[in-house]
Amino acid sequence: MSLRPATAEPRWVRTLLLAITMLFLAAFLVTPLVAVFTEALRKGVGAYFAGFNDPAVRSAIKLTLLTAGIAVPVNVVFGLAAAWSVAKFEFPGKSLLTTLIDLPLAVSPVVSGLIYVLVFGLNGWLGPWLKAHHLQVIFAVPGIVLATVFVTLPFVARELIPLMQEQGTEDEESALTLGASGWQTFWRVTLPNIRWALLYGVILCNARAMGEFGAVSVVSGHIRGKTNTVPLQVEILYNEYNFVAAFAVASLLAMLALVTLAAKSFIEWRMTSAPASPAVPGDPT
Amino acid sequence: MWYRQGMKNWRSLVIVGAAVLCAADAAVPAARAADGVTLLNVSYDPTRELYREYNDAFAAHWKQETGQVLTIDQSHGGSGKQARAVIDGLQADVVTLALAYDIDAIARNSKLLPADWQTRLPNNSAPYTSTIVFLVRKGNPKGIRDWGDLLKPGVEVITPNPKTSGGARWNYLAAWAWALKHELGDLKKLDDPRQAAAVAAAQDKAKAFVGELFKRVPVLDSGARGSTNTFVQRGIGDVLLAWENEAFLAVNELGPDKVDIIVPSISILAEPTVAVVDANVDAHGTRKVAEAYLQWLYSPTGQQLAAKHFYRPVDTKSVDPADLKRFPALELVTIDKVFGGWKNAQKTHFDDGGVFDAIYAK
Repeated sequence: MSLRPATAEPRWVRTLLLAITMLFLAAFLVTPLVAVFTEALRKGVGAYFAGFNDPAVRSAIKLTLLTAGIAVPVNVVFGLAAAWSVAKFEFPGKSLLTTLIDLPLAVSPVVSGLIYVLVFGLNGWLGPWLKAHHLQVIFAVPGIVLATVFVTLPFVARELIPLMQEQGTEDEESALTLGASGWQTFWRVTLPNIRWALLYGVILCNARAMGEFGAVSVVSGHIRGKTNTVPLQVEILYNEYNFVAAFAVASLLAMLALVTLAAKSFIEWRMTSAPASPAVPGDPT
Repeated sequence: MWYRQGMKNWRSLVIVGAAVLCAADAAVPAARAADGVTLLNVSYDPTRELYREYNDAFAAHWKQETGQVLTIDQSHGGSGKQARAVIDGLQADVVTLALAYDIDAIARNSKLLPADWQTRLPNNSAPYTSTIVFLVRKGNPKGIRDWGDLLKPGVEVITPNPKTSGGARWNYLAAWAWALKHELGDLKKLDDPRQAAAVAAAQDKAKAFVGELFKRVPVLDSGARGSTNTFVQRGIGDVLLAWENEAFLAVNELGPDKVDIIVPSISILAEPTVAVVDANVDAHGTRKVAEAYLQWLYSPTGQQLAAKHFYRPVDTKSVDPADLKRFPALELVTIDKVFGGWKNAQKTHFDDGGVFDAIYAK
């Protein structure tokens, strides 16, 4: 019995597969990306930059940066705590916790937004109390931040959990035996071990935080210059027949995607080649 | 060594993160604080251009009258969706929505304004009116002249979803009114008890007509502007049922070489209504300016701006006759006469389990 080598398909099969892959990539990834930049630059570089001169656009960019600036650190703290608990402790309900962390990925973003309307809306559970204290959560910045934190919740934790589980507790135990405090152990042993996976999670989390549309759209209220994030502003500009500005602002998100991609490749390369942390098998996403 | 360097970087990262958190915390309560006064106008889709210009004009007027600096924030979306957002706590000082029913919904579900809000301003609180017309591809290749032509073979119709869009509800009712008139010959028969059998038969025919019409809709967007973009930008469909003002705007923005406006024989008088949201203006201390803002819509300047942005002014005396000429005369039926008012129309046609659900599910 002879085994056929894995790469011995006829030449035409290989060509066909390659052609199909390339066609798909061109049709679904490259063309839209090119289209965004062509549309944005259709009336020249001047019109492109004029799109960013609109105070509403600048406020949208600021709000997006603020939202990501809060959502990402919050998720770093949560991700570290969750991964630490899952990887280093045994406790009842552990598998439930890991499943729950994935919940935001399974729920439609619109539903995520509606959850916050149900809780913080005027007729929601906390609505009357918030009103009595003159606090506005949904249709204001806090609601946008909450919705973003919710949809980006899994990204950091999911990167860290498999890695920390695989690494086990030996390094930390040795450090503790040698007299390090818990805090020292964390800074000098755990963190260096996981830093690339953590950074990877941060980058994915940030991309999603800046790009989220559905959940944020539900809780935004769409007040021009106040509660529109960049993706919402793109929709508004498009709906106002302001196509060049819409695509100019959309090109920011496209560039964010490209930077994310580059950073992701760099980190993947570091994760597999860095001497400090062991290779991570497979793509954790 | 490598580790230690990494460690320092991590620490600074954490410090930066904490700083961002604190800054964000400080920024949040500042949302409404500003010099002068701020109004939030929650409106529906096609009024963007009108209110952009009206807001500047009114802010200048208010400054002149009171010396106060006024900032007006705008929020736009499907009318029903916007009403929902106000019910859920969007802090609108005034609502300027597509139809009275949506403001009724706010009054009923939230008690933010009294049930008789519509009596507080002239003309049923509608400072301008509009109607439903057709937008077709240049040269009208499918030969669409009236509502009946929408059922010609191969014609695709674009309209938003009546569940979420005020404009779509007007579209639906205008089609229904045409079918009734087509069957009865004279809409006066609706009020004549001796014609009850004929009217019932005509209502069935109208239901069948509107049902057929919605079978020709390939995309139901949630708002009027979404449908306009579907028709004009994405090139889907042969005819768009649109607000008259939205149709004019599309021709202006996108070029008269792409689309034509077709005025049907009969349509519906659409009365977009406006109201102050009492509970919100009292909480914000903005009642005076909010009331002045809506009343000024009825002033000559307000009426001229409405006409300029293709809304039919209610006070035609103050408007340039050249602007008035743009609005073709056609038979306009009112929702009160044909459908017994919004409450009835909503209950019969658009509520869950209503006629629209029945015909669209088929």
